[in-house]
Amino acid sequence: MRVDSIASTLVQVTVREGLRDPTAAHAEESLQAVLPGTPLASVRFVMAYVLEGVDAEQAARCAAEVLADPITQEWAIGSLPGPAAADAESGAHVVSVMRMPGVTDPVEASCRRAFAAIGVDASGVRTVRRYVVTGELSDDELRDGARRALANEVIEEIRTGVELDVQLPHPAPASFQRVDVAIRAVDDAELERISRDMCLSLTLLEMQAVQAFFVVEEREPSDIELETLAQTWSEHCKHKTLAGAVDFEGPDGETRRYENLLKETVFAATTTLDREDCLSVFVDNAGVISFDDEYGVCMKVETHNHPSAIEPYGGAGTGIGGVIRDILGTGNGARPFMNTDVFCFAPPDLADEDLPKGCLHPRRLMHGVVGGVRDYGNRMGIPTSSGGLFFDERYVGNPLVYAGTVGLIPRRHVEKAARPGDVIVAVGGRTGRDGIHGATFSSAELHEESETVSAGAVQIGNPIEEKRVLDALLVARDEDLLTALTDCGAGGFSSAVGEMGEATGAEVHLERAPLKYQGLTYSEIWISEAQERMVLAVAPENVARVREIFEAEDVEVTELGTFSDDGRLTIYYAGTLVGDMPMSFLHDGLPRVSRRAVWKRPTTAEFAWPESSGGAGSDLRSILGSWNVCSKEWVIRQYDHEVQGGSAIKPLVGLRADGPGDAAVATPLPGNPRGVAVASGLNPCLGDLSPYDMATNAVDEALRNLCAVGADPRRAALLDNFSWGNTNKPDRLGSIVLASEGLHDAALAFGTPFVSGKDSLNNEYQSGGRTIAIPPTLLVSAFAVVPDVRTCITMDAKQPGNRLYVVGVTRAEMGGSHFALIHGIEGGTVPVVRPDESGAVFDGVHAAIAGGTVRACHDASEGGLALALAEMAFAGCVGVDAHLVHTPFEETDDGGVRDEVLLFAESPGRLVCEVPPDDAQRFEELLGAVPFAAIGRVTDTGRVQLRGTRDDLVVDEDIEDLREAFTAPLRHGGGA
Amino acid sequence: MSAVKSAVIRTAGTNCDSETVHALQRAGAEVDLVHLHVLMTQPERLDAYGIVVFPGGFTYGDDIASGAVFAAEMKSRVLPAIRTRIADGALVLGICNGFQILTRSGLLPDTDGGGTQQASLQPNVSGRFECRWIRLEVVSDRCVMLERGQIIECPVAHAEGRFVTDAALRETLLERGQVALRYTGPNGGEPEYPWNPNGSRDNIAGVCDSTGRVLGLMPHPERNVESWHHPLWTRGAPGAGAGLAVFDRAVRVARGDA
Repeated sequence: MRVDSIASTLVQVTVREGLRDPTAAHAEESLQAVLPGTPLASVRFVMAYVLEGVDAEQAARCAAEVLADPITQEWAIGSLPGPAAADAESGAHVVSVMRMPGVTDPVEASCRRAFAAIGVDASGVRTVRRYVVTGELSDDELRDGARRALANEVIEEIRTGVELDVQLPHPAPASFQRVDVAIRAVDDAELERISRDMCLSLTLLEMQAVQAFFVVEEREPSDIELETLAQTWSEHCKHKTLAGAVDFEGPDGETRRYENLLKETVFAATTTLDREDCLSVFVDNAGVISFDDEYGVCMKVETHNHPSAIEPYGGAGTGIGGVIRDILGTGNGARPFMNTDVFCFAPPDLADEDLPKGCLHPRRLMHGVVGGVRDYGNRMGIPTSSGGLFFDERYVGNPLVYAGTVGLIPRRHVEKAARPGDVIVAVGGRTGRDGIHGATFSSAELHEESETVSAGAVQIGNPIEEKRVLDALLVARDEDLLTALTDCGAGGFSSAVGEMGEATGAEVHLERAPLKYQGLTYSEIWISEAQERMVLAVAPENVARVREIFEAEDVEVTELGTFSDDGRLTIYYAGTLVGDMPMSFLHDGLPRVSRRAVWKRPTTAEFAWPESSGGAGSDLRSILGSWNVCSKEWVIRQYDHEVQGGSAIKPLVGLRADGPGDAAVATPLPGNPRGVAVASGLNPCLGDLSPYDMATNAVDEALRNLCAVGADPRRAALLDNFSWGNTNKPDRLGSIVLASEGLHDAALAFGTPFVSGKDSLNNEYQSGGRTIAIPPTLLVSAFAVVPDVRTCITMDAKQPGNRLYVVGVTRAEMGGSHFALIHGIEGGTVPVVRPDESGAVFDGVHAAIAGGTVRACHDASEGGLALALAEMAFAGCVGVDAHLVHTPFEETDDGGVRDEVLLFAESPGRLVCEVPPDDAQRFEELLGAVPFAAIGRVTDTGRVQLRGTRDDLVVDEDIEDLREAFTAPLRHGGGA
Repeated sequence: MSAVKSAVIRTAGTNCDSETVHALQRAGAEVDLVHLHVLMTQPERLDAYGIVVFPGGFTYGDDIASGAVFAAEMKSRVLPAIRTRIADGALVLGICNGFQILTRSGLLPDTDGGGTQQASLQPNVSGRFECRWIRLEVVSDRCVMLERGQIIECPVAHAEGRFVTDAALRETLLERGQVALRYTGPNGGEPEYPWNPNGSRDNIAGVCDSTGRVLGLMPHPERNVESWHHPLWTRGAPGAGAGLAVFDRAVRVARGDA
């Protein structure tokens, strides 16, 4: 039934005259920043609610009792409320922003719930943000400003004018008809056209395999069968490149062939190590290692790059929402207790004229992404405690958003498998048209028009819906009611059911899926990536109890079908068979291809030392204030890193809580001091020079960070996340081969297995005939169980008089260093990881920390020893006096010892330790046979005094100046 | 001596329930998690509890305004039952979102027992959510769960924590000692931002009702109850676990020991 319109009433709310309104102030600041030539006198914010099926009298009650705060706000029915109306009468312009029909707006459901509590039944609610702007500007200028500062037209509609006439959409139900697609008799060009027109992202070879299958079946495929194959065979779901065959040619003409690159590199190390504390690796949503006798701990990191490029807030929010569901869907359910995030953007001060067409400015991207992670993670009640930011101009069209979650799972719930006869139960949010083709979209390259053609691929999340699912799911798990479960991520039901039923078969009835609104076809229901949904396998006798548990938390429960024993995926809609394929073809029918990979050594010059600089002190301040190194406090404070009460080592440490901690440590069980340390390593600076060394350095850095807080790196488990350019291009694939080999070798040598991983390929942006590929970006995450967090330490220097030690060897390895970055130097020798040497350093330092001899420890990474010492000093509000000439040192191609090398070289495997004089002897004994040196001491001067090769003062800086250099760049989020 | 029974009230979006339960248990209370929707049909369930806690979170996403939907749902049946419990001597504690809910419901500051909303927790002056450790001082002896002069360091984590009311009422609250907790500077004294994290006038961090048995505060004392919670514990700083004092005292009062 189509309903054209139902009478609705408009309620508008604004802050009273004379009271502070931070929302309006923020809008004014953002708007003014994009309209620099137009001075704005004032911006007033009005929240408008369109209440459908509610008369004026009821609307007044809703306004007075629910929508407006009686102390600070006033409201009006129909018109703008008092102060806003007065502005409008004096000539102010009004711009209104509302979500497009079909875009999730969680406020609607909350409003209806609150109205019901006061006895008002609204058939629909729509919210509109309105800005009443006083200033010398036209409606068109205001619309343009709103487009750039207040709204995203991918998901929102902008209107100008005082009047607001909004109807709620009432789409008609879809008319049902099974659609078959004729592919058996068509030529290759037609196959490619079908793939393109249906947004299948299948290659010709893959389309030919599908064609051949249906020729044998003697029928045409239905549209839903093609969609299912496209989702299942997508790069996003199948990782066909990295799990595929590769013919590699190296820089010296050597060749190697991999039948399955990942399996023979990253997985192979895990298999060889065969560590007994690995409970589940590479088979489930996340890898699981032992926490204690009762629990396992699991971690997963995902990317959500392409959606975030187009709609940063929604893209990043659903990124974190998705990885949380990965953890919920690990085994028969894990409880998330920490989130991590790492973002890569172009520099926030990028000039507007350098912004390629179709891209959002990196500052806006950053603000949107941070806001999205903040609002989702905070609402879920999961602390975001670890992460990083990295900047490079090549991320301009294709930012990277890595989101990770760590969870705790009872060991008895690690294993799962759906059984024939189990009911397929969908729980969580309703299905809408959101995120159609997300799996295939994320596997394609971005280009100028992505914003318009891919709007449907953007999802908006509702964290409270996911929180409800989490709360109910853990109850059902603890009552042993689930035989298997997985999350609905890319590919929606099609991937979730297809995956869970791979070994059994499954029969689904799509008309049963509850919809957000009418009008979806059966294929859309099947592949929708609407958020906050999970699929459970439940024995028939347990369904009633599962329903009871979820419904008590207001979570909708739907029996979609049954897991069968015929090995087929059969799909019905309203009693009609619309899809019927063997699971074997779905999962194993993908044609195998060999890809060619080449790596040529970049022709880079020797490291060219800058002829003149402002001195080492100036270099130190420049590196501290560089985008990658500078304080991320602006981001960190927007995340609740204390919720759940488990935070033991916080992301920012030291007397003023502004020192960058090496790793976060949390206790997942209240009151129990057993904890988990989490850290990461990422250095795209090295990727262009040597992907192999980038990989080994990332592992070294992640483990080093764990070591610095007192965790045992030998007990760590690792995760790999590749974000690369288009790996159909042999050079891109060549670098990924080398990086994979680096991961393999480092994992084996350190004894630290990879337990989970993910790749995101095709991170390139096409604009104006130019292709911008991101730098190869490998994120290595590491986590380790800490038996007692009370043995952990922080990086802030503690006490004047204490000794400072450097453990590990410094080499003249300046390639890809931050010293090179601030001076614009290319080339040079890349730091080489010597795992035996690093491993011994980590073992020694870990023993010394565990032995209680170390008061502070910090890893030397970006900016080298100078940065590590400076950060330790200002974080502890003390001085340091260090004689770097004593540092263990070894010459390399970049030359012999010189001040800049001692200060700024980024050799891996080094840590700085602060040790009380009384503990020094025992500290040295515990270190064992590793290169180390006492280089100086903590002072009460408040100055960072570093002496160079001739033992003369080469750096003599006030810690407050260094603190300022470190905190200033991103203090306000890199500008307005 | 029977154990003190306490209820932690939760619903969709409550997310500080586990640490709140833990703090109460550490203080010796028996704790039940009770869903708001159960109370909406069976408000008499509250009769069993000597302490009722509204924990932090983002109930219903804080859609419309923080605590607004929760307060609306509580209105018809739960609120009268809570008022009865307060009159009978039970303690009510609202932390962060719980404070927002109590304020929105008129349970705080409730200077006249009339039950109308008298104050509001508004967006932080910084315009954004902030998580950081602050220092609280107990500035009155009105609230039975607090000891005047006590210093409690613990984190805040909120976007809407600026306590707003009209000037006359603020004077009344100060005079009567219903302003129970204020933000204070790192060495005592006037707290500049960020030590006053949200811009509350008079640095108001927590208020109690006129009986002293209902307390609401924005900061999270339940997140400083272990020796490893405090940000400076690795420096041996005092103040580790200080948040537990609130729960200890509540339990002693509920038990009749204080």
